[in-house]
Amino acid sequence: MTLATGKVGIICCSGEDLPEGTISRVATRLVLEKLRPDQTVTLCLPLFLAGGEDERAFARVFPTIAVDGCSKKCAEAGTKKFSGKPVATILVSEVMKKYPHLKAKSREKLKPQEMELATKVAEEIAKKVDEILCKTAKK
Amino acid sequence: MENHKVVVVPCSGIGKSLGTVGRVATYKVIERMKPKETRTVCLALLTMGDADALKLVRENPCIAVDGCPAQCSKKNIEASMGKLAHIIIVTDVLRKNRSLKPEGVIELNDQGDKLAEIIAKELSKKADEILHKET
Ligand code: SF4
Ligand code: SF4
Repeated sequence: MTLATGKVGIICCSGEDLPEGTISRVATRLVLEKLRPDQTVTLCLPLFLAGGEDERAFARVFPTIAVDGCSKKCAEAGTKKFSGKPVATILVSEVMKKYPHLKAKSREKLKPQEMELATKVAEEIAKKVDEILCKTAKK
Repeated sequence: MENHKVVVVPCSGIGKSLGTVGRVATYKVIERMKPKETRTVCLALLTMGDADALKLVRENPCIAVDGCPAQCSKKNIEASMGKLAHIIIVTDVLRKNRSLKPEGVIELNDQGDKLAEIIAKELSKKADEILHKET
């Protein structure tokens, strides 16, 4: 299995029970749709268990960033267990510490303040995408 | 059985809007329609074998809400030896409501929300039936 060039994989936890899980999901989509649409790809996390070898090859094909809602780090652990070790992890709960005025309370529809938080997380993911692509281009 | 809740577990598929439809339908039920009788759990936490998550799905009836026939939620609940009581697949419901064109992952369009509402009503009815059987 060879490493694909030019694309970074993003796997988020989408945690259903915590507002931070929704932030992880929205932030990931913001990167895929708006910030780095041509440089990123994703996969449904539960497909690692439910899918086949093609899905499980994901993190071996793409250098992958895990995006987790909380310190349980399910996306990081799941990617590592079923596919390959992510090259980086972005934790929503850590990003939140930098912006104490932005709170995550909704699990369903994000309010403007929560959308701002998701955007901050998305910007951190995009920065990491650029770093990874820059490193792989130098190799 | 006392104090048992129905655990609604959406797959939260992120590639297309169907995973979001299942997720939004779940929140409609657990937060508004049946907050006392239902709850959810992080599917990824369950997949990782968290002890509390495993206990929850083994001791309470679960409904899997899957975006597509890959049925990731169902398969993850089964792999966790959870009490799978019912399965809803969004594509099946969509087939019966062909006029609806759900779009959007960050935010569902109105038609996606309508589809989520239909699924939420089905979930709510199913949760009642399951809890009725258990008492
Ligand atoms: S990392 Fe936290 S929010 Fe995300 S799925 Fe795991 S427990 Fe839920
Ligand atoms: S059931 Fe389909 S939409 Fe849901 S996580 Fe699996 S592949 Fe994605």
